[in-house]
Amino acid sequence: MTAWAPLVIVPVVLPLVAAAVLLLIGDSRRRAGSFVNIAAASAGLVVALMLLWSVNHAAGADAIAVHLTSNWAAPFGIALVADRLSALMLTIVGVVGVGAALYASAGWARKGSYFHPLFQIQLMGLNGAFLTGDLFNLFVFFEVMLAASYGLQLHGSGWPRVRSGMHYIAVNLLASSLFLIGLAILYGVMGTLSMADVAAKVALVPPGDRGLLHAGAAILAMAFLVKAAVWPLNAWLVPAYTATSAPVAALFVLMTKVGIYSVLRLWMLLFPADAASSAQFGGPLLLAGGLATLAFGAIGVLASIRLDRIAAFSVIVTSGTLMASFATGSTAATAAALFYLASSTFAVSALFLMVEPVQRMRSERHAQQPVYDTLDEDDNLDDEALPLVGRAVPVSVAALGLAFMACALLVAGLPPLSGFLAKAAILGAIVGEHPVGEAPVSTWMLMALLLCSSLFTTISLVRAGIRHFWSKGGRFAPRLKVVESGAIIMLILACLSLTVFAEPVLRYTQATAAYLHAPRPYVDAVFDTPPRPGPTTPDYPQTEAP
Amino acid sequence: MEVLLALVIGVLGGAGVWLVLRPRTFQVVMGLVLLSYAVNLFIFSMGSLSIDHPPLVTPGQPANLQNYSDPMPQALVLTAIVIGFATTALFLVVLLASRGLSGTDHVDGEQDDA
Repeated sequence: MTAWAPLVIVPVVLPLVAAAVLLLIGDSRRRAGSFVNIAAASAGLVVALMLLWSVNHAAGADAIAVHLTSNWAAPFGIALVADRLSALMLTIVGVVGVGAALYASAGWARKGSYFHPLFQIQLMGLNGAFLTGDLFNLFVFFEVMLAASYGLQLHGSGWPRVRSGMHYIAVNLLASSLFLIGLAILYGVMGTLSMADVAAKVALVPPGDRGLLHAGAAILAMAFLVKAAVWPLNAWLVPAYTATSAPVAALFVLMTKVGIYSVLRLWMLLFPADAASSAQFGGPLLLAGGLATLAFGAIGVLASIRLDRIAAFSVIVTSGTLMASFATGSTAATAAALFYLASSTFAVSALFLMVEPVQRMRSERHAQQPVYDTLDEDDNLDDEALPLVGRAVPVSVAALGLAFMACALLVAGLPPLSGFLAKAAILGAIVGEHPVGEAPVSTWMLMALLLCSSLFTTISLVRAGIRHFWSKGGRFAPRLKVVESGAIIMLILACLSLTVFAEPVLRYTQATAAYLHAPRPYVDAVFDTPPRPGPTTPDYPQTEAP
Repeated sequence: MEVLLALVIGVLGGAGVWLVLRPRTFQVVMGLVLLSYAVNLFIFSMGSLSIDHPPLVTPGQPANLQNYSDPMPQALVLTAIVIGFATTALFLVVLLASRGLSGTDHVDGEQDDA
């Protein structure tokens, strides 16, 4: 038990309190609501960074902070566990959360009611899902996150949102049913739902019950794979993500990561490589699912014209890449994929946030036409008799164009930014896993699909860039608010710092992957955490009687 | 009793899946409700079926599953019922909004002519 263990509860409590405060503030005081929302999201980021720092600078068992809620000793009660993986995910949530909150304060928060409280509840669900060490509690945080997301998805209303929202809710309710069935079977076999306890006892399951255990785990995984948007369970994603408002779409990029995280966490805990007949159960299926998702997403990206559809299919590409890399079961690939997870989440969120300003550029209603007063007869004129050379590109178009280029490089994985480093690391890891000439077909397929998806994303984004920026030649300058550009710049800066500090980050993810592949410290940390002494414990420090 | 319960869960689940796949929004909602009934019964049955065994440990009796029933699934199912009920109610609101916006109760908001 380390000194900073009480900090673990903060990422759950802080958004909850903020949501309550925001309900009291109400929708009438917009400025105060936006301020509290951004402040709470920023505070969440700071807490996540503190946890990340503590986890990174502690050694051995101290690197796992356990908070026993209600002071029940493990395996009774619910433990909140902040380890390397959780801290990394919390930081990603924090960065994207601040970005989306900033962007929303520019106008989206006013398009409907109760945006801010729902936003905070969504953050609470995300943080809770990444922290909890109990399977049923994971279900509860999933539902908290989903309930808020139903409201956020419909924010602003309108037929496209309601139509896709209806499908989105129906699919997620079905997935929740699967989640509960899987939980019930696991409880029937194991008699416990604490993740650490399940991991400790999974080796003791008799051979006769193995089938039931595998069935339960597989049904549970179905629920997570729906959330992670793995093909063929991802038809809901593109309509829902493109119909919803920009800051919500940026936030929803995190929701697919919850599915990926849950699969990774439980797969590593339940079926580690030394689990005898259950070792890496379902690995080939996860790998095949990841490859199919990658192929589906890459083709979808290539077929998309609209920028929001490109971004939505990029989410699917990301899911496929992550799932396939994790499912290879190699520590190096897992480490590289965790780096890719951070980089791609920031990049795709930034892309979602850019959709709206870019489209604003096309509609003349919001745009102002620059004035050209230096028309000469010698000027090189374009189709509409405006000079091509010497035309000043408005600052907002230039900034937007540069940000779009950075996003395109990041999402497609081209040098020199972190997207390239992540993909290169994944490729290096899966190639280095096997001796030359002995690599299985799946490795070659993963390599080919990774490179193809990069190519397709490049083609698609270049096409969109030509359409939106080049062919217009900056004729219409969009009105860009400071907070909007601030949000986009922040996310791109996060990727830039990932690029600059790639080595320490990769070292961190390598330690995370090594830790994930040997789940014993996790189990020990949860079980070795003693509850705080209470009035009924014998050695409770007595206070003086009055 | 086990066979009866298994049949009940099976029929509820089967009817629920069939209804969810129907093209009318009301049928989808009813299907989801039936499915959640099936799931809740399933969770409940995981605590082993027994009659006349309260989930309370009485002094003097050994605390094993022969003398009392497992309280865990009962607590779990309570949470699951509340959450399922709330999300279904939310879904009903969306359904009504969709009916109002599209003028039809088809899940895609448009009728096939076939």
